[in-house]
Formats: sequence, C-alpha cells, structure tokens
Amino acid sequence: MSRSGFAATLSRLLLQNRHGSRVLNHVGSLTAPRPFCSESDPRSRGRIKQALSGVSSFTPPANSSHDWVGPPDRMSNLRPIKYHIPEYESPLESRLRKLRQETEDWNHQFWTNQNISFSKEKEGFIYSCLKEKGLELRDEDGRKRTLSADEMAEFYKEFLNKNYQKHSVYNKEWYMRNFTITFLMGRVALLKTWRKLGWRQQDPKLK
Amino acid sequence: MGGSIILLLGTAPGGQVRQLYIFVKWTNIHLRNDPELNLLSPCSIQTMSQRVKIKNHPVNPMQNHGEKNCTSYHTVLWYVTKTTEGCQRAKPKQEALTAPLVDRHPHLQDETVIRQVQQISAIDQHPSSVQSSKETLTQDTEGASSEEDPSTAQETRQWKEIKVMLGDLPGIYARLSKIRLTALVVMTASAGYAMAPVPFDPSCFLLASLGTGLASCAANSINQYFEVPFDSNMNRTKNRPLVRGQISPLHAVSFAAACAVPGITLLALTVNPLTGALGALNLFLYTCCYTPLKRLSITNTWVGAVVGAIPPVMGWTAATGSLDVGALLLGGILYSWQFPHFNALSWNLREDYSRGGYRMMSVTHPALCRRVALRHSLALIGLSALAPALDVTSWTFPLISLPINLYISYLGYSFYRDADRSSARKLFFCSLWHLPMLLLLMLTCKKSRVDEEDKSMAHS
Repeated sequence: MSRSGFAATLSRLLLQNRHGSRVLNHVGSLTAPRPFCSESDPRSRGRIKQALSGVSSFTPPANSSHDWVGPPDRMSNLRPIKYHIPEYESPLESRLRKLRQETEDWNHQFWTNQNISFSKEKEGFIYSCLKEKGLELRDEDGRKRTLSADEMAEFYKEFLNKNYQKHSVYNKEWYMRNFTITFLMGRVALLKTWRKLGWRQQDPKLK
Repeated sequence: MGGSIILLLGTAPGGQVRQLYIFVKWTNIHLRNDPELNLLSPCSIQTMSQRVKIKNHPVNPMQNHGEKNCTSYHTVLWYVTKTTEGCQRAKPKQEALTAPLVDRHPHLQDETVIRQVQQISAIDQHPSSVQSSKETLTQDTEGASSEEDPSTAQETRQWKEIKVMLGDLPGIYARLSKIRLTALVVMTASAGYAMAPVPFDPSCFLLASLGTGLASCAANSINQYFEVPFDSNMNRTKNRPLVRGQISPLHAVSFAAACAVPGITLLALTVNPLTGALGALNLFLYTCCYTPLKRLSITNTWVGAVVGAIPPVMGWTAATGSLDVGALLLGGILYSWQFPHFNALSWNLREDYSRGGYRMMSVTHPALCRRVALRHSLALIGLSALAPALDVTSWTFPLISLPINLYISYLGYSFYRDADRSSARKLFFCSLWHLPMLLLLMLTCKKSRVDEEDKSMAHS
C-alpha cells in the first residue's frame, strides 16, 4: 500500500517536472522566460515552481478522489487546482490533466506579469506626474498622494493601448485551450460512463 | 457579506475545553442591500449547530472577557467579510452578550471560556459547506493552540474539494446564469408581448417568457465560461462559480446546452419560428460576437445594445408573428437605454478594465463615452414621443413618461459635464429603475383595441 502511494507521488513529481520543460518550449514572446535550471535538476525546478506559484505546499488528503481548488493567488488572482490522479489513469485522462496543469501555469504566468507590470507602471506614472507638479510622493501627514480620476484615466488608456497586441494573442490562445480542455473533458466523461456501464455488464452481481 | 459565526466554548469545571459549539447564522440581509455584489444567496435566515469534539487542551489565559466563574455566556461574534484578495476572512467583533442560548443549552452553565480561534477563513456562504470545513476546524483549533505556522494552517483551510453537492446546485446555477439579469431580460420580453395589439394568450405568453429566460441563462453561462481568467482579476466578478472552481467548465457548458436547446426549441416550435430565430440570433450575438469583441474593440458596446434590444422584439413577434414597426420601436427604446446604463457602469471600472484588457469607451474614448450616454438618454424622450405616432400607445404616454425621461437626461447631462464617480453612479442607479417604470407606463397607456373597434364601427 505504501509502495503504491510512493510510486504515485514519484510519478506525479516526474510528470510535473516534464510539464516544466514543456511550458518553457510552449511559451513564446507572451511571457517572460521562466528561470528554470537544467532538466536534470528536478528538485530546484520544483522549488522554483513553488516560489513562482506560491501555493503548492498543500497536499490533498489521501482518501480524496476529487480535485482540490485553492485560494486566489496573490499575484495572478487565479485559483490553483491540485488534480487528483486516479489509480488507473488512461492516456486520455493523463493528457487532459497535463493540459489543464499547463494551461493553469501559463495563465498564472501571464496574469502575474500583467498585474506586476500594471502596478509598476502605475506607480511610475503617479511618481512622474507628482514630480511634474513639484510634489513629493507623500504629503505632510505621511500619506501617499493620489491623482484624480481624470489624471489616472490617461494612464489607463495608455496602458490598455500598449498591451493591445499582447492581449489579442493571449485571447486567441486562451480560447483555443479552453475549447480543447472542455472537449477533452467531454471525452473523458464519456469514457468514464462507458467504463462504468461496461463493468456493470460484465459483473451483474454488482447490481 | 452577511454571514456571522458565533463561537461558543463550553468547559468542564476542570478548566479543560471539552466541546466546541459552532453556531452558524447566515443572513442575506446585507446581500440584498448591496446591489454591487453579484451574488444571490438562496438561504434565508438559518441556524445550524454542529458539535465538534476537540482534544483536551489546557485553557489558555483568557482575553478581556475572561471571568472564570460567570454563568453567563460570552460570545465572540465573527463576521465574515470580504477582503481585497477575494478570500473571506473572519474579523473578530468583541462583544460580551448574554446569549439567548443559555435557555437552549442549560448544561453549559459551567464555566465558559472564550477561545479566540485564529481565523475562520474561506467559509462559503452555503451552510452545506460547513460540513466539509468541520474537519478542518478541528485541525485548526489544534494547530492554533500549538502555535505552528499559522499561515500554512490558514492556507490549508482555504483549499476546497471540487465536489458538487446537490444542495449547492441551485445557487450555483443562479449565479452562473446571472439570474437577476435574466429576470430583467424576461421582463422586457414580457413587456414586448404585452404591448402587442393582439388578444392576450396566457399560454403563449408563458412559453415565450420561459423560452427567452432559458436562452438568456444559456448565453450568460457561456459568457462566464469564456471569461474565467478575466473575471478572476476584476473585483466585480471574482465570486462567480467558475472562477471559484465550484463547478468544472464542462459542467457549465452542459448547463448552457441544457438551457439553450430546450429554450430555442420551445420558442421555435410552440411559439413561432421567427421568435425562435431571433432567440438563436441573440444567443449567437452575445456569446460569439459581444464576448470576444469586449477585448478587441469598443464596438462591443453597440453590439451589446442590440443584444439588449432584441428580447422585447422577441416578445412582440411571439404575440403577432411578424416584425411590426411597434416591435422595432420597443427595440429602439431598449437600444437607447443600454448606453446611459452601461457607460455609467463602466465609468467607475476603468482601472479594472484597463488591467484586464477590456476595450471600453470609458477607458479609450472617455469623451465619446459621455457624449453617447447623453445622446441616448435624450433619444429616449424622442422615442417615447414616437410611440403614439406609431399607434403603439395613446398620447398620454409621452406626457406621463416625460418626468422620468427628463430626469435621466438631466443625470446624463451632469455625467457629461462633471464626469466623476458620483454622477456616473447616480446615472447607473437611475437607469435601473427607469426602465421598469417606463415599460410599466407604456403598458398603462397601451392603445386600447376596444377603442379602435368602436372607431371602425362608428365609421362604417
């Protein structure tokens, strides 16, 4: 029992590491390259992945047969999912799970970059605006100065226009992935139903 | 949010904490009063009690209200509130109350100890989920006493199993189909039906409303299915079921299909094919044109206005079977109404739209945004005046609708002039009651068929 548990964990880890390299190849100009070490160093890759995702310290209880969804990530606002690997996972299910995990990582990367660059540029804009006016970042009471909505609107417009290309590429990719995942989920659901019906037919004692 | 968790700890005379009673009281009063929350709680005021046994712990030195030998109950009220991160955290509200629970649980008249359990976070609004968090709560109290890494303990508690409970489904479906918006759409379709100059057929009316409602549910579900990562990043939409992982994308698509197919078929077969075609067109426009366009071009607002204008036209064609001028007028009124409604809403969401990559007029062309809102609120006056000219209503309609039309135009003008948060909010909230009021007035001024028959009889 413990050996199969260990084997399952090990295989999961290996599969996750394989994800890492695939994501590196897949992700193009959209996202910043991940700081992965060589492929032969799974532990450091795991640690870096943990640092990037920040939420992988949780492990679902062993008796659970469902996926688990976590709190929204601080940087990307997306909720991570821990996928359950069933004992007899078919190649189709494995493919679905890997695709979902990869899409999750890709999404997380994109939105983390997006949110970070937004807040950085916003701070920079506020700073430069205040500097033009000759004001300091903080007022006499030590509170942070804020610009009016009209002034900020300039920044929002500029930011949106600057990222237009990036967003339209992301959109296309996201729609394709979403459709593929849903289609695969449909196939897996059909496969599971078929399996259940098939077993029932084989063993009428179960009824 | 309106959830409150009352923690009550009972102790034996030895001073050891024996049992942890959790009284969970859910109210949705706060939810109802906050229109900006995109939630609909199906729970009425419920009380649940659960007994959770924990190991014997030495009692910690108590906080302020610690009086060991008192017989009254001290309760610590925890209010579940929203934080900016989106996960719910409980904030302790320190109050000493003599709880009415004394009567119900006389055996707890021993010493009471208030134990400030660190954080009850991420407890869902639905009481059924308290079942699943029961176990984590036991872990939590043990963890809190040993003062181990509280952040990982807290994080562990926030992970939820993706297992759909049947009891949760109605609430999830309500949020998935944006039930309040769907109700508004069905209302406009019903108004379209009622305004048509034909005898009122209750069964046809009900079928048309049902079909429109189902089509709207399907459209909204598909919209949420497409927009999961974007919704996660916007404050207004981050509590949607797909974002929270309560159901899978496949489940959402199946639900949409289960609504769309019967809805459109119902319209096409039991009402008439024209209405069915309009319903299918609207579904297509919303899911395949408006939703992707939101991220590509500002023309999405105009497409969205057409999407909003079609339901009353559907209602009219359901009654008459043909696209009359009256149907187009009703559609025109709804079309014009969309602009002050949406432009005002989008004005205060500019930061979220910019970060999420939504291309809206309010961000890219702010002056145009305000101009269009004003233009169309003035157009409402003109369209109301056109109604009697097209024999849809009597001449009283433009007169009695003038006050509300003037009011929304005035708010549109102050939005145009001031361009600030408060004028945008005022315009948006006005648009919410303006539309039902206008439709109601229109109904009361509907051109009576009896008058027309009398006229024609008098002539002959």
